[in-house]
Amino acid sequence: MFDIGILTAVTLNGLTVGAIYALGALGLTLIYGVLHIINFAHGSTLMMALYACFFLHQRAGVDPYTALLIVPPAFFVLGYGLQRYLIAPLGFGKDINVLLVTLGISIILDNLALYLWTSNTRNIDIPQAQVFIEMGVTSLALPKLIGVVASIVVGLLFWLLMTQTDLGKAIRAVARERRGARIVGISVDHIFAMSFGIGTACIAVAACLLIPTYYVTPKVGDGFVLIAFTTVVLGGMGSFIGALVGGLFLGVVEAWSGLWLGESLGQIGVFIIFILVLLFKPNGLFGQRST
Amino acid sequence: MTNMKRQTQVMLVLILALAVIPLFVSSKFWMGFWVMLLFHALIGQSWNILGGYGGQTSYGHAVFFGTGAYVTAVMQTHFGFNAWAAALVAIGAGGGVGLFIGALSFRYGLRGSYFALVTLAFAEVFRVIVNSWDFTGSGFGMLLALKPGLANMQFADRQLFFYLILVLTIIATGVALWLESSRFGAHLVAIRENEDAAKALGINTFKVKLRAIAISAALAATGGVFYMQYFLFVDSHIGYGPSMSISALLVPLIGGPGTVLGPFIGALSLGVLSEVTKHTMGETPGANLMAYGVLLLIVLRFLPNGLMGLFRGRS
Amino acid sequence: MAVLEVDNISKRFGGLQANAQAHLKVEPGKITALIGPNGAGKTTLFAIVSGFVTPDEGRVTFLGQDITGMQPFDICHLGLVRTFQIVQPFAGLTVRENIAVGAHLRERNRSAALDKASALATKIGMKDMLDKPAQSLTIAGRKRLELAKALATEPRLLLLDEVMAGLIPTEVSEMTDVIRSIRDGGVEVLLIEHLMQAVMSLSDHIYVLNNGRMIANGSPQEITANPQVIEAYLGHGAAHA
Repeated sequence: MFDIGILTAVTLNGLTVGAIYALGALGLTLIYGVLHIINFAHGSTLMMALYACFFLHQRAGVDPYTALLIVPPAFFVLGYGLQRYLIAPLGFGKDINVLLVTLGISIILDNLALYLWTSNTRNIDIPQAQVFIEMGVTSLALPKLIGVVASIVVGLLFWLLMTQTDLGKAIRAVARERRGARIVGISVDHIFAMSFGIGTACIAVAACLLIPTYYVTPKVGDGFVLIAFTTVVLGGMGSFIGALVGGLFLGVVEAWSGLWLGESLGQIGVFIIFILVLLFKPNGLFGQRST
Repeated sequence: MTNMKRQTQVMLVLILALAVIPLFVSSKFWMGFWVMLLFHALIGQSWNILGGYGGQTSYGHAVFFGTGAYVTAVMQTHFGFNAWAAALVAIGAGGGVGLFIGALSFRYGLRGSYFALVTLAFAEVFRVIVNSWDFTGSGFGMLLALKPGLANMQFADRQLFFYLILVLTIIATGVALWLESSRFGAHLVAIRENEDAAKALGINTFKVKLRAIAISAALAATGGVFYMQYFLFVDSHIGYGPSMSISALLVPLIGGPGTVLGPFIGALSLGVLSEVTKHTMGETPGANLMAYGVLLLIVLRFLPNGLMGLFRGRS
Repeated sequence: MAVLEVDNISKRFGGLQANAQAHLKVEPGKITALIGPNGAGKTTLFAIVSGFVTPDEGRVTFLGQDITGMQPFDICHLGLVRTFQIVQPFAGLTVRENIAVGAHLRERNRSAALDKASALATKIGMKDMLDKPAQSLTIAGRKRLELAKALATEPRLLLLDEVMAGLIPTEVSEMTDVIRSIRDGGVEVLLIEHLMQAVMSLSDHIYVLNNGRMIANGSPQEITANPQVIEAYLGHGAAHA
C-alpha cells in the first residue's frame, strides 16, 4: 500500500482530477469573490454541461474538444441570464436567500435532467481516451493530460482577463467596492451577471474536459458541489491562486483517501477537510476575508 | 397574545379534523397519503425549530433523521432491543448528534451559509460511513423484520400508524407552541433577528442555540424512528441523502418559517403538488421535485414569509 | 464607591492602539460623558467595558466586582447594559416584542415580559408604536427603541453610544429629558456623545479621550476651558487662537 509506484500513480491521478476541480473552483471563486454568493447550483450546472457535451457528441458527432467552442459560450449566456433575471431579483441581496434561490435552481435542473433523460448512465467514447501516455512508473490516459494542460491554459486566460482587460478591472472594482464602482459609472448588475456568466463558462469548460474519462447521470453534480465548495473555502474565498492550489490539493486528498480507506469510505476525506477548514480556518490558506 | 390564542385554537381544530380522518378514509392509498403528510409535517416542524424560529438554516437535517432511523434499526437488529426502547435510544442519539454538530459549529461562530454547508457536509460524512460499514448494512441498507404488534411498534392496520404519527406531530407542534409563549422562544427569535443585539441584552446565545439544535435534532430523529417502523427499510440515501434534507427545509419555508402552522401548510401544499404533478406529468421520477423547486422560487419571490404570509396580513 | 471603575485599559488592534491606559469612573447619581474626536477609541472602550472585546491590559470594576473579560451576557445580568452606535433592532419583531426581549432578562414569564414592555414603552413615549414592526420606525424611533430595550433589562448602569446622532433638535431635547429621568430613577448613565449642547446640559462629569488616551476630565465648565481639549478638537494652536 505504501509502494512508491502506487503512490505516484495515485497522486498523479489525483492531480489530474484536481486540475478539473481547480477549474470549477475558479468559476465558483469568481462568483463568490464578486457577488459574495455561494452558488449551490454549481454542481447542477456541471451536470447540464456534461449532458450538453454528451448530446453534442451523440447527435452531432462533435467531440468534446471541439465542443469547447460551443458549450462554454452557451453556458456563459445561460449564467448571465440566471444571475441577472433570476437570482438577483429573487435574492433581495440577502446571503441566505440567495443560497436558497440557487438551491431551488439546482433542484429544478437536477430533476429536469432526471425527468428528461432518466437516471441511466451515459458516457462517450473518443479515440483519445484509448491513448495512454507513459509517465515514469505509471501511465495516464491522454484526456486527463489534456485536462491538466487545458486547465492551466484557462487559468492563464483567466488571469489575463482579470488583469489586462477593462472588463477584468471593472470586475475587480466591483468585487472590492460595490458602491464606489457604481459611482464611477460601472453597471454593477451587468458586472455581476458577467461574473456569473464567466464562472458558469468555467464550469462548462471543466465539463468538456471531464467527459472523455467520466460518466453522466443527473446525480453527477452532487459529488462536485461539496468538493467545489471545499476548494473555494480551502483556497480562501476570493483567491484565485487559492482555488487552483486548493483544487489540486483536494484532488490528491481524494485520491489518497480512496487508496487508504477504500473506494467507498474514501469519499469522506474531502468532507472532513471541508468541516475542519470551516471550523478552524474559514479564511482558508490564502484567504482574503470571511463573512 | 391573541395571536397565540388564535394559533392554539386553529391547532386544536386542525388536530380534531386530522383525528377523524381515518373514519372517512379507508383506501390504503389515501391513508398512506395522510400518513406521509403528517410525517413531512413532523420533519418540517423539527427543521422549523432551528431554522424557522432560530434562523439557523440547516441544509443537512437528514443527519438527524438518518441517525434516528439507523440507530433504532441497529438497536433492534443487533442488540435485540424492544422497539420502544430502541426508539428512545435513537431519539437520544439524534439529540446527541445535534449537540455535537451544534457545539462545534456555534463554538466556532459558524453562521448563515457556512452553517448551512457544514450541516450538509456532516450529513454526507454520515452517509458515506453507514454506506461503507457492514454493521449498518453498507450498501444494502437495514431491514427490520416484519412483526406487527404494539410491542414492536408495527401495525398491520395503516390507521394505527396514522394515529402514531399524529401523536408525534402533536408533540412537535407542542414544542413550537411552547416556543411562541416562553422566554426560551423569545430568546431564540431574538437571536434569529440580531444575534449581537441579543447578546447585549443578556442572552447566552451559544446555550440557546445549542438547546434549539438538540430539540430540533431529537424531533427529526423521532421522524426517523417512525420512518423505520413504517417502511421497515432504510439505506444511506434515504437516511442521510439530500432528499430528506431538502424536504425538511422546503416544508417550513414554503408553509411559513417561524410559525406553528407553517409546516402543516407546507406539507399539505407539497403533498397536493406531488399528486397534481403525478397526474399531469405522469409518474416519471423527477417531475414532482422539479415542481417543488419551482414552488420554492415562487415563494422566495412573492411570499418571503411562506404561505402563512397570506394569512398573516390580518393579525 | 464608584459604580464603574475603568483602570489602565489598553487595547491594540494590529497596528492601531485603540485604547492606551484609559481610565474613568462613574460615580453614583451622576451622568458621565465620554467625548473625543472621531476615532479616539470611545466605542472600543464601551465594547471592552460591556464584554464584547477583551483588553490587552487593565481592569474594569463594576459595583466592586472585577468584570474584565467576562461575557457580555453575564455582565448584562449584573446590571450593565450598552446600546449600539449603529442601532441594532430586532427588525422583524414589533416594538413591544423588541422591548420584551430586554425585559426577559429579569422576567421569565412571557406575558409578564410583554406587559412590562408595554409599560416601559408608554413611559418613554412609544405607546403608539407598540405593535409596529421595528423596521418601520424612523431613526429617532429606532434610537428610542434601542434605549427602551436596554432599560427593560432593569440595569444599574446604562452605556449609551451616540444616542443623539441623527436626531433633529426637538428630538434631541426629548431624548435629553428621557435620559435625565433615567438618572433620576436611580440608573447611572455613561454616554458617548458628539453633540456638545447635549453633553454640556446633561453631564455632571466629562472624560475626554484622544488617540486612545484620557487627556482630561472634570465638570463641563472645566472641560470647555481646558486648552488640551480645545486642541484635540480644533487642532494645534486653536487653544491660543
